[in-house]
Amino acid sequence: MAKNPEHRDLFPGALEIMILQSLRLRPMHGYALVKHIKQVSDNLLQVEEGSLYPALQRMLREGLLEAETGLSAKGRPTRIYRLTDAGVRHLEQEVVSLEKMFAGITRVLAVAPA
Amino acid sequence: MQGLSKLFNRGRRYNDISVSIQEHIEERTEELMEEGRSREQAAQAARREFGNVTLIEERSREVWQWSVLESIVADLKLTLRRLRKSPGFAAIVLLTMALGIGANTTVFSVINSVLLKPLPYPNQGQLAALTLRAPGAEGLADFSSGLQLSPSMYLTFSERNRTFQSLGVWTPGTASVTGLAQPEEVQTALISDGVLETLGVLPVAGRWFSPGDQDPRGAKTVMLSYGYWQRRFGGDPSAIGRSIQIDAQTREIVGVMPRGFKMVDKEFDLLAPLAFDRTNQKLAPFGYEGIGRLKPGVNLAQADADVARLIPVWMDSWSNGPGTNPHFYERWRITPSFRSLKQRVVGNVGGVLWVVMATVGLVMLIACTNVANLLLVRAESRQQELAIRAALGAGRGRIARELLTESVTLGLMGGVIAAGVAYAGLRLLTAIGPAELPRLNEVSLDLPALGFALLLSVLSGLLFGSIPVLRYARAAAATAIGNANRTASTGRQRQRSRNVLVVAQVAMALVLLVSALLMIRTFAALRNVEPGFSDAVHLQTMHIWIPDLLIADPQTVTRVQNSIVDKLAAIPGVSSAGFAGAVPMENNDPNWDQIGVEGKNYEGGDPPLRLYNYVSPGYFKTAGTKLIAGRDFTWADIYGLRPMVMVSENFARESWGSSPAAVGKRVRQFTNSPWQEVIGVVQDVRQHGVDQDAPPTIYWPAMLNDPYTRQPTIDAPRAVTYVIRSSRAGNEGFLSEMQQAVWSVNSNLPLASVETMQDIYGQSLARTSFTLVMLAIAGSMALALGIIGIYGVISYAVSQRTREIGIRLALGAQKRGLKWMFVRSALLLTGAGVAIGLGAAAALMQLMKSLLFGISPLDPLTYIAVPLILAISAALASYLPARRAAAVDPVEALRAE
Repeated sequence: MAKNPEHRDLFPGALEIMILQSLRLRPMHGYALVKHIKQVSDNLLQVEEGSLYPALQRMLREGLLEAETGLSAKGRPTRIYRLTDAGVRHLEQEVVSLEKMFAGITRVLAVAPA
Repeated sequence: MQGLSKLFNRGRRYNDISVSIQEHIEERTEELMEEGRSREQAAQAARREFGNVTLIEERSREVWQWSVLESIVADLKLTLRRLRKSPGFAAIVLLTMALGIGANTTVFSVINSVLLKPLPYPNQGQLAALTLRAPGAEGLADFSSGLQLSPSMYLTFSERNRTFQSLGVWTPGTASVTGLAQPEEVQTALISDGVLETLGVLPVAGRWFSPGDQDPRGAKTVMLSYGYWQRRFGGDPSAIGRSIQIDAQTREIVGVMPRGFKMVDKEFDLLAPLAFDRTNQKLAPFGYEGIGRLKPGVNLAQADADVARLIPVWMDSWSNGPGTNPHFYERWRITPSFRSLKQRVVGNVGGVLWVVMATVGLVMLIACTNVANLLLVRAESRQQELAIRAALGAGRGRIARELLTESVTLGLMGGVIAAGVAYAGLRLLTAIGPAELPRLNEVSLDLPALGFALLLSVLSGLLFGSIPVLRYARAAAATAIGNANRTASTGRQRQRSRNVLVVAQVAMALVLLVSALLMIRTFAALRNVEPGFSDAVHLQTMHIWIPDLLIADPQTVTRVQNSIVDKLAAIPGVSSAGFAGAVPMENNDPNWDQIGVEGKNYEGGDPPLRLYNYVSPGYFKTAGTKLIAGRDFTWADIYGLRPMVMVSENFARESWGSSPAAVGKRVRQFTNSPWQEVIGVVQDVRQHGVDQDAPPTIYWPAMLNDPYTRQPTIDAPRAVTYVIRSSRAGNEGFLSEMQQAVWSVNSNLPLASVETMQDIYGQSLARTSFTLVMLAIAGSMALALGIIGIYGVISYAVSQRTREIGIRLALGAQKRGLKWMFVRSALLLTGAGVAIGLGAAAALMQLMKSLLFGISPLDPLTYIAVPLILAISAALASYLPARRAAAVDPVEALRAE
């Protein structure tokens, strides 16, 4: 999916899943997304703005998201991103394949020498 | 559709991105302010955390772009803007490219049309030219096109072969058409059965000849060319079925061939059946060109083998008359050596064309190196800009792409102008090209040629663009920014790429100049050859043929010819006139005869074959062929049928040791024919062109007893060429007086091939002079480009080293020494180029050997003169900038930044 891996914090594709999952809860604007991911992950995950905005545009282009004019928490005009049906389907697929991958990684790590 | 709406929505998308990012930073700023920072501090911190807003916006926008394409468009815009800002540079480059690509496209379209395109016949790959080799008959005639077929060979081969679908023979000729308007001499092709079937082109009106038309006792028929049909019948379809008088024979028009149809390589007006009479064919004469269409899947080697088998059959089936040995021709060792018809049409012109193509290709390379040099200088002046861009993160590929966009754009723009140049060039080339160049009328600026121009534009753009790219795209940012400005002089390395280019240029220019000079020397050598006639400009020639149906009696033919000579000689301004069977260099030799010299024994019993010609009294005097010994024929000799001949000087020397010794000696054709006395010896004539040896020749009187018949029968040549010596030769008024003179003798005789001897001579030199002109143009272009190249490099070096020069002068360097320093560097480059070029020239000139005459491809004079010319040019080209260097004011130079 992510053609050029510009995420230094997350592996390719992980940022998209975070965004999709967050937006599934409720539509958000960019800054709210960053804060949301940071909070929910207990500061473990830091979303780089340099990656976030291009990623959002990619997902818009692929039809996973929609953008609409809305107001920020402070009442100023901004763009609110919302998950589309295609986005929901894509998220579900990605989660399944991610779980498989984790399972695989866990098994490989389990046979490491004690 | 989706792409378009995406394009329209883009503005909104870009706005969304900006708004989102703006709000992101605002919100973060407010958060930080809530933590107690001032607005200013908070805004600064928020921005820092966020990172490079512009870059992130750009990255986000790129998602919606066809990024590569759009940045190429941007590069293109930048390139055009930059070119507009330096019109001088753009003009020089475009002009160079336009000339280079134009010249190459011109020559390519000629090569494509002449050599590469298939002949305009269906399935032309199956067509073969039936030429034979006869190594045992060497020296008979101009043998470059091989031995042709005889009618009996055609009959044998066509009836018994197993490899051809069809085959036939044809021969070109002329005929006079009477009864339409003025008597007119037209071009004809006489064809046997099988010729039209072989070529496979259907008529546009009427029909092909039928086997009945080929019956000598059948109906007399004729077919028209499209051009003749249009010219004489206005394209009227009712012309079919009408009759015209051809050589006083009434023939019915049965068909018209389509526009553009040529008989192999010959344009014609009329096609007539050969209508061979089977019953009185002999083995000889070998005067017919054979063509055939191979059966599918059969190749030329198989056809050769098939026909080789038939040659003994042919000798068993026919004879040359009672008492002759039908297997005489075994000595000739006749074997088929069939070629594709295309090879036959194209002939040996391929060599010349490829040499010309290689030449203009070299000029193109030189032009490219010059442009590359200019681009290097330009790239150098942009080095800092490029380095800064690299430091800001521009990739090597991105910079390379920009430089290449510039050069390819230049190439393409040059290519567009080049199409115009090529169009003009083609018109020029078809005008000055050798008349013998086959298929010249098929040459046009067609799609393949334009494709070639496009390809060449892009390739040359990439070629001269790649040199600055190699130099600068990888320039390490830090060193470039750090060093560029404060060194005393340019780095050795930077000058090196330009030096390599100059060396290459000099080497290529040397090759071209050597080839041009060799051609000039060839041409001079050819001009120095004594052709066997003099003052060709004032020698008028024309053909007149008297058909049997017009005048049957040979003696009357000679009398008519004699009267024509007298009338012509009586025209004011004419000093003399005469006629011969053939004039030199026109490539229509009468034939050859076996001539035995009295008192000589010949190996194998048969004397060798000699070229012969018929001459009238006064012919030699008119043509300017010197009489070496003895005397000329007189009309009394002719009408008295006296057994007399004249011979050429080399014939006399070979047979009797010297010319005076020949006079009074005797020769004869057959053991039973009467002896003929040699009354005169004339100078050798270069019958087949100045570059071919003069053949030993025997001259028969214009009327004689035919030795081939049982009973003595008087015979006279009916197709002769008149020569008229006059200061008015070629003049329009003179031509009409000539016409009146001929018509006052017989008004049914058309004049044909009216040319001056100079025209004929010029045509025989056409191949050489064409090659010469092309090489001379290319050579001078190469020299000019080379000089510009050297001048450019040295003068750039001077401008770059001004500070160094200032220091040197300040430290007490002599001005002379400084000048010499620059001239020496130019001479060193030239020397290196000359060394490489000499090697290349020596090797390449071997390929040109066949075009040279009278000099070796390693002609020492040429190989000394050309390097000298180059060295002098280089010295001059570098002296001018060197003088500027010496004139530098050290104070100015050191202060200047």
